[in-house]
Amino acid sequence: MSQELVTLTIDGREVSVPKGTTIIEAAKQIGTRVPHYCYHPGLSSPAMCRLCLVEVGGAPKPMPSCVTTVAEGQVVKTESERALWGRRGVLEFYLVNHPLDCPICDASGACDLQDHVHAEGREHGRSYEPKRVFGRDDFGGDVLFYGDRCVMCTRCVRFMSEVEQEDRLTVVDRGARSIIDTFYEEGLEGTYWHGNIVDVCPVGALLSKDFLHKARAWDLEHTPSICPNCSQGCNIDLHTRDNLVQRIKPRENLDVNAWWMCDYGRLEYEWINRGDRLEAPLVRGGSTASRAAGWSDALSGVLERARGAGNASVKAVAWPFASNEDLAALAALVDRLGGGEIVYRSARAAEERVLKGFPTLARRRDLAANRVGADLMGMERVGGDDASGGLDAVAAHDGIVLVLGDALADQSPDFGGYAALYVYLGTHDAPAAAHADFVLPVTTFAEQEGTFTNLQGRVQRFWPAMAPPGMARPAWLVLGALVAELTGAPAPRSAAEAFARLGQRVPAFGGIGYAELSARGALVNQTVSLAGD
Amino acid sequence: MAYPYVSEREVRVISRYFGDPAARRIDTYVDRGGYGALRKAFGMGPDEVTDLVKASGLRGRGGAGFPTGVKWSFMPKEVRRPHYLLCNADESEPGTFKDRELMRWDPHQLVEGCLIAAYAIRASHVYIYCRGEFFEANQVLARAVEGAYEKGYAGKDILGSGNDIEVTVHQGAGAYICGEETGMMSSLEGRRGLPWVKPPFPAAAGAFGMPSTINNVETLSAVPHILANGSDWYRRWGTELSPGTKLFCVSGHVNKPGNYELPLGFPLAELIDDVCGGVRDGNALKAVIPGGSSVPIINAEEARACRLDYEGCVEVGTMLGCASVIVMDETTDMVKQVRRMVDFYAHESCGQCTPCREGSAWTAQIMRRIEDGDGSEEDLDTLMHMTQQMVGTTICVLSDSVAAPVQSSILKFRHDYLALMRRRETAGVA
Repeated sequence: MSQELVTLTIDGREVSVPKGTTIIEAAKQIGTRVPHYCYHPGLSSPAMCRLCLVEVGGAPKPMPSCVTTVAEGQVVKTESERALWGRRGVLEFYLVNHPLDCPICDASGACDLQDHVHAEGREHGRSYEPKRVFGRDDFGGDVLFYGDRCVMCTRCVRFMSEVEQEDRLTVVDRGARSIIDTFYEEGLEGTYWHGNIVDVCPVGALLSKDFLHKARAWDLEHTPSICPNCSQGCNIDLHTRDNLVQRIKPRENLDVNAWWMCDYGRLEYEWINRGDRLEAPLVRGGSTASRAAGWSDALSGVLERARGAGNASVKAVAWPFASNEDLAALAALVDRLGGGEIVYRSARAAEERVLKGFPTLARRRDLAANRVGADLMGMERVGGDDASGGLDAVAAHDGIVLVLGDALADQSPDFGGYAALYVYLGTHDAPAAAHADFVLPVTTFAEQEGTFTNLQGRVQRFWPAMAPPGMARPAWLVLGALVAELTGAPAPRSAAEAFARLGQRVPAFGGIGYAELSARGALVNQTVSLAGD
Repeated sequence: MAYPYVSEREVRVISRYFGDPAARRIDTYVDRGGYGALRKAFGMGPDEVTDLVKASGLRGRGGAGFPTGVKWSFMPKEVRRPHYLLCNADESEPGTFKDRELMRWDPHQLVEGCLIAAYAIRASHVYIYCRGEFFEANQVLARAVEGAYEKGYAGKDILGSGNDIEVTVHQGAGAYICGEETGMMSSLEGRRGLPWVKPPFPAAAGAFGMPSTINNVETLSAVPHILANGSDWYRRWGTELSPGTKLFCVSGHVNKPGNYELPLGFPLAELIDDVCGGVRDGNALKAVIPGGSSVPIINAEEARACRLDYEGCVEVGTMLGCASVIVMDETTDMVKQVRRMVDFYAHESCGQCTPCREGSAWTAQIMRRIEDGDGSEEDLDTLMHMTQQMVGTTICVLSDSVAAPVQSSILKFRHDYLALMRRRETAGVA
């Protein structure tokens, strides 16, 4: 596909962009961010904040760069005296009625008004007049509205009407009395994507109740990750402090979730923070209570028992929240122990929740990140839509039983009682650990590096955001060490190596370079049918 | 004639039936030669009609003075999608009362002008967006349109010509900003009356996303006369660049305020002293706003030099606008006057653009404080500087209208402001 390119000069630098590109987007190409509030690449552009006005050669007035398209030979100045003068003026107007309550505002430190005023605003305000007071409003759902902080960019109104396509917000009244409001009492209640309006709000007017006064923006670590809560695989940032996830924010990836994510995924993070973690390998001696052991003792114990079990067949239970590397290492171990079947259980919601304005994004029925990865590795889904049942054959198995991650909350307490060897690799204290011969503590996706495969077959990387508790290690490292002992080959030392081994085992993953996955991921070499649909 | 005041200096073309209730009836209008121009237009091609209006030099009477024929020529020549003609009858500029009178007294002249214009731009539908508060004008206009339908001057196959043009009178809900053409289209479509960014221009994507042309009531009212009498006839009046006649709405401190139709280029001094019978009570003239409250105020000296056409007003640093002449004598408190105007604009700002939303309200706050005697010279500096940020930085020109009276009054009547501040000082207030 060839696109006609237009060459223009922005701040003295030449840039070529496709015809029809707006100046604000063209400026991004050369790393210039023109300050703006109402513009958002995922929404329509009303050009009303007037902050993105730039000087365009030949135009008598400053032009809004968010709607003015590029022209051949155009000369744009975003930093000229005239442009700066205009922005200083607009910023002063914003502060006439802004409460400047930054010390108690959640957006402080991540606020476009704060940033721009600090960078380009006046040193001292000139307004002596009493400020306009609107007060606060509960918009329903997870959203609180602080009317006094609002800069009236209307991104929230446009998100709800254009992207979620549920007209729940509007501007009422006009002029300086304009204010965002809801219709009737329901507000945002019953909508599934309204968390995004908090993200698009350039200031602290729309805040998450879940995050309210929980942490200051500058204390948060941001780690790129993938939402584990459904098979869409939305790109996210985990915001952590004190080794706890404080909130989840969507990260831009136009191939997957654009700028958005659903409220379910956004707020489903408590389990990552839960304190009842497995922190050390546990070894059970006969019928006695288990005791904590070191990794060397635990792993050599597992190997000894496995060798002692002779040619016993293996049945394994995998977990669709485990990374591709974890699952591949489990499959490798099962192979090495003589082969057997691997099943997994995965919760399925009754229906998809499609984001109408970006219909390739939905809260998918599969409520786990890596179901497609497990399918591609030949694992079989068992059990019901509530992720229960289906494990009778495993429970009755008298060979080797391996369980990765699944808490087995629905299984009888003596699960694994018939097995010659029952090894449980888990993150949290769980019923599954009760009778295991060996309990090996592994990390959650938030504590390790790795990849998930989403329902499009897109392999996407995530990075460790938190320190693992105690001696917990990634499952691929634990399982890889066991495989290495059995084969005599070296164990994988990094997630990248573990991924490369996956590529050798499963053709669908072959030839994908781990480093090349970078921020946007890559598709597997196989058409993925939507599992179960 | 009984119409409030008339003057022998007037050239009454579009206002000739002001004060004559009979003109509202379609039979009278037809008897007096009405709808003859429409018949004549149908005998010409649409582009010929446009060329004739172009040749007449008629300029938009809504305030901007853009040549009407040129505006029509922007419309696509082929009808791929419905074209619309929008008549802007949302007359709400403070000081203006010409369109109301045109609709009240001579509604058929407007309807005929609309039909001719619609034919010229190949529009299938005319929307007359009439200001909500104009109850009488709305009724008169609705009755006139009904009459035109009954007699076959509107609707399907008009006068057997094969042309179909529907006419709808739409009553606004009373927002000043709906008189701005894109705000009007938003409102017509049933949305909040918010102006939108151009481009796209109305001729490309206007009302309902279709090619549209917006003309003022007075502009369209002049069209039948130009069609009937030709462009040279129209050019008998006015100047080379501003031909024709224009209604001047004179209000304020004159002895005979009212609507006067005069050739463009008429001297402002003669309008006040001769046509309007001079300033009231023999007072001295202090200031004039020649084009409605959104244009800069001029002082008495500038007023004496002002020629009332588009160019003449620019020469003295103001604009003709919609020719709403507000005359103020020496008793006028300029600060109060300007504060009242700024209050109006702050109230009517649609609230989209930051400089207008915040700036107009802020300006109003400062003006109120100055009027209350709590101002300082620093406030004047702030006003001068801050209103500059409101000119040319917004989607529409409402915020420019805030800046114009504030800046011009501070520059020309600074002593009025200072007097208020001194009064406070002499009163001994700390």
